[in-house]
Amino acid sequence: MTIASDVKDIFTKNLRTSGIYIAFVLIVVLFTVLTKGLLLSPINITNIVLQYSYVLVLALGMIMVIVAGHIDLSVGSLVALTGAVSAVLVIQGGAPWWVGMLAGIAVGALCGVWQGFWVAYVGIPAFIVTLAGMLLFRGLTYEVLNNVSLSPFPGEYQRIAGGFLNGLLGGYGYDTFTLVIGVIAVVGLVVSAWRTRQGQLKFGQHADSLALFIIKYALAAAVILWFFWQIAISRGMPIVLMILGVLIIAYHVLTTRTVFGRHVYAIGGNLSAARLSGVNVKKINFWIFVNMGMLAGIAGVVFSSRSNGAQPGAGNMFELDAIAACFIGGASTTGGVGRVTGAIVGGLVMAVLSNGMQLMGVGASTQQLVKGMVLLIAVAFDIYNKRRVGAAS
Amino acid sequence: MENTILRMQDIIKTFPGVKALDGVNLSVAAGEIHAICGENGAGKSTLMKVLSGVYPHGSYSGSIHFDGVELKASTIKDSEALGIVIIHQELALVPHLSVAENIFLGNETQHAGFIDWNSTNQRAAALLERVGLAEHPATPVGQLGVGKQQLVEIAKALSKNVKLLILDEPTAALNDADSEHLLDLLRDLRRQGITSIIISHKLGEIEEIADTTTIIRDGQSVETLDMSDPFTTQDRIIRAMVGRELSVRYPPREPDIGSVVFEVRDWSVRHPTQPDRLVVDGAALDVRAGEIVGIAGLMGAGRTELAMSIFGHSYGRDISGTVQMDGRPVDTSSVRKAIKAGIAYVSEDRKKFGLNLIEDIRTNTTAAGLQKISTGGFVNGPKEIQIAEFYRRSMRIKAPSVLAKTGNLSGGNQQKVVLGKWLHTAPELLILDEPTRGIDVGAKYEIYTIINELADAGKAVLVISSELPELLGICDRIYTLAYGRITGQLPRAEATQERLMELMTLEKDNTR
Repeated sequence: MTIASDVKDIFTKNLRTSGIYIAFVLIVVLFTVLTKGLLLSPINITNIVLQYSYVLVLALGMIMVIVAGHIDLSVGSLVALTGAVSAVLVIQGGAPWWVGMLAGIAVGALCGVWQGFWVAYVGIPAFIVTLAGMLLFRGLTYEVLNNVSLSPFPGEYQRIAGGFLNGLLGGYGYDTFTLVIGVIAVVGLVVSAWRTRQGQLKFGQHADSLALFIIKYALAAAVILWFFWQIAISRGMPIVLMILGVLIIAYHVLTTRTVFGRHVYAIGGNLSAARLSGVNVKKINFWIFVNMGMLAGIAGVVFSSRSNGAQPGAGNMFELDAIAACFIGGASTTGGVGRVTGAIVGGLVMAVLSNGMQLMGVGASTQQLVKGMVLLIAVAFDIYNKRRVGAAS
Repeated sequence: MENTILRMQDIIKTFPGVKALDGVNLSVAAGEIHAICGENGAGKSTLMKVLSGVYPHGSYSGSIHFDGVELKASTIKDSEALGIVIIHQELALVPHLSVAENIFLGNETQHAGFIDWNSTNQRAAALLERVGLAEHPATPVGQLGVGKQQLVEIAKALSKNVKLLILDEPTAALNDADSEHLLDLLRDLRRQGITSIIISHKLGEIEEIADTTTIIRDGQSVETLDMSDPFTTQDRIIRAMVGRELSVRYPPREPDIGSVVFEVRDWSVRHPTQPDRLVVDGAALDVRAGEIVGIAGLMGAGRTELAMSIFGHSYGRDISGTVQMDGRPVDTSSVRKAIKAGIAYVSEDRKKFGLNLIEDIRTNTTAAGLQKISTGGFVNGPKEIQIAEFYRRSMRIKAPSVLAKTGNLSGGNQQKVVLGKWLHTAPELLILDEPTRGIDVGAKYEIYTIINELADAGKAVLVISSELPELLGICDRIYTLAYGRITGQLPRAEATQERLMELMTLEKDNTR
């Protein structure tokens, strides 16, 4: 296997999965040029993380919903509801910050139980159940908040989304702790990739050539280290980035390495075959929605913390950002296909697009137009690609 | 023949890799009821699709003369304009539309684009009277039973001024009373001068109603029999239907049969949406260790329904009866429980029910037995690949690696992946539903070899197949199924195609 043929594969056979990474790099380069480097400034990188973390959290749950062949339109309202519950307890009731946080997550999971019941056990299409949920949860938000905004949260609660772990291991113009995390991330990535490659070679499957492997991961390591360096010389390690990192790893493992994850893909790939293989389809569908509700609860807590309060109209259209992230990240509209890493990169594409255009002072209307077109083109590309592959086989 | 209305000559129709029709000749006299008989896959339906324009002129060779002119239909509309109407086995009615709307669908009574409802309903009422259906034209078709829907289809045909009516297995889904009514109606239509072609597996019915019968075998018309001839008996027809030499070879096997592994008693299943239809009716059968047992039955006899209802109650409602494994009653009411009890079911439609085509061989191989290779909910990746590799080797699956997508494999290799998947669950009984459907001859031999190996390893194997030679070639014992009932069982030594076909066409209360 030569490098040339490997690279050719990336642009032809594997375009479906690698396309999103290429697109992401192009978009980053484009906006770096357009904003004269502002996009990649240390302070802005930190900002992107803080500003869009909740969409990435939602995308983690949404990718499983979409892979199983469903959709969830209610997560925006659910973000508002869980944030509101938390705010009422902490701001009005004077409860400690962690009570508000846990209550928000619990309410999210409970709403997931509700929706999961209708989808899995009654058999109503998720589109309808979650459309109803979108209205129900929004209505409940207004009820809980009595139609008014609540603010501000106490300092500890604000730290969830706005705090930094700084100076834990000392700082010398940069934060050592952040760099240590960065190094751990690089080592973890390279070790797991190397083991995958060894496995592929052992069983005689296609693997990247050693040269390409080194180039690929040297590049990735450089990008990751550079990213953590920028954060380290800015304000240190954002707490929300830690949360996000743990969640991404957990959900990557859940979807790729567990029986549950396999069953999600089996249901989305061929429902009848999954059922005849003994997959408990109802149970899996139920837990997919409970999980989505729980993640919406986490996103709700993060969002309320970041906006330092709860508003009746919070979280509007978040569901569409999360859904768009999944489809841009290569998920299939017919189910069975999609990856956590793809959804995260898809979410980052949306984040960089929004942030870049904001930095340029582009109006809200144009931002919507651009995001809409990106989503459309991403899915059109997916369908085109499927047809192309289908014709080839 | 006097007054021939239809003459089809030397019809040849090929699909990629298969010659479906290989020189069929058919002459139908005006005003008669002409039956067409043949085994599953003999080419009957293909022939009717050629005639009705589903396969356009030019996609087949040979000539068709209808009513004195050469027929060159390129769409169904063209042949309908001449008065040829086909009613398919799966009815083509829209359930939410009314009877009248269905009758005139695509052929609406209109004035300047607006439907004239008065005249529509009036004409529909007249047609309904003609077919003897006492329903209001405004009734939604979905509220009618299958028998009445069949009559609506015929009314629809009559509205198009039909001269030649083609019915594909019209009574397969009907109960006895509805069947009788339909046959009476066909006689009525014959008196009115309408010619009918009827495709049917029910020989009793053919004997009763047909004037002439043409038998098709392996894509060729074998002979045409005059039904008024006293020498034309059901046995005569059966002999013509199956009279072919075994062309496929079967691997030899010395059966070593043990004790009873699997036993079903009083198994009854109702249709999931038509609770008055008993799809499986008090079936009882058993399979011993190391034994290959066949189930023979014609289309619609309830073969797949029987298997799927046993396997996790995956078909039907009001399921009753008992299943025993090794002499102990087991619960098979969910797929999981059935798998746990040691049953595996390989579906007749591997693309729809067997495989996740967008995933690789590895994932499909372990799909039914993930628990076996996981601890604490985590799948053991290397172990999984080892197992997939093991089955890829032992099944001789031709694929570059176990990471190849199953959607890109050939039919035979796909079937091997499905077999591997079920062997991984370590079953005691394997139910194989049409294990060689859509598979080429070479791969068939390999599948038979695998089946033999399974039996030699002491598994009980139950094979459902439409191909009688296949059952005769690999089974130790064969049950026959007709209209949901087990009508007999023959050991290999006594089974012949003729005997089986006789039992497979045995109708209720018919003590032939």
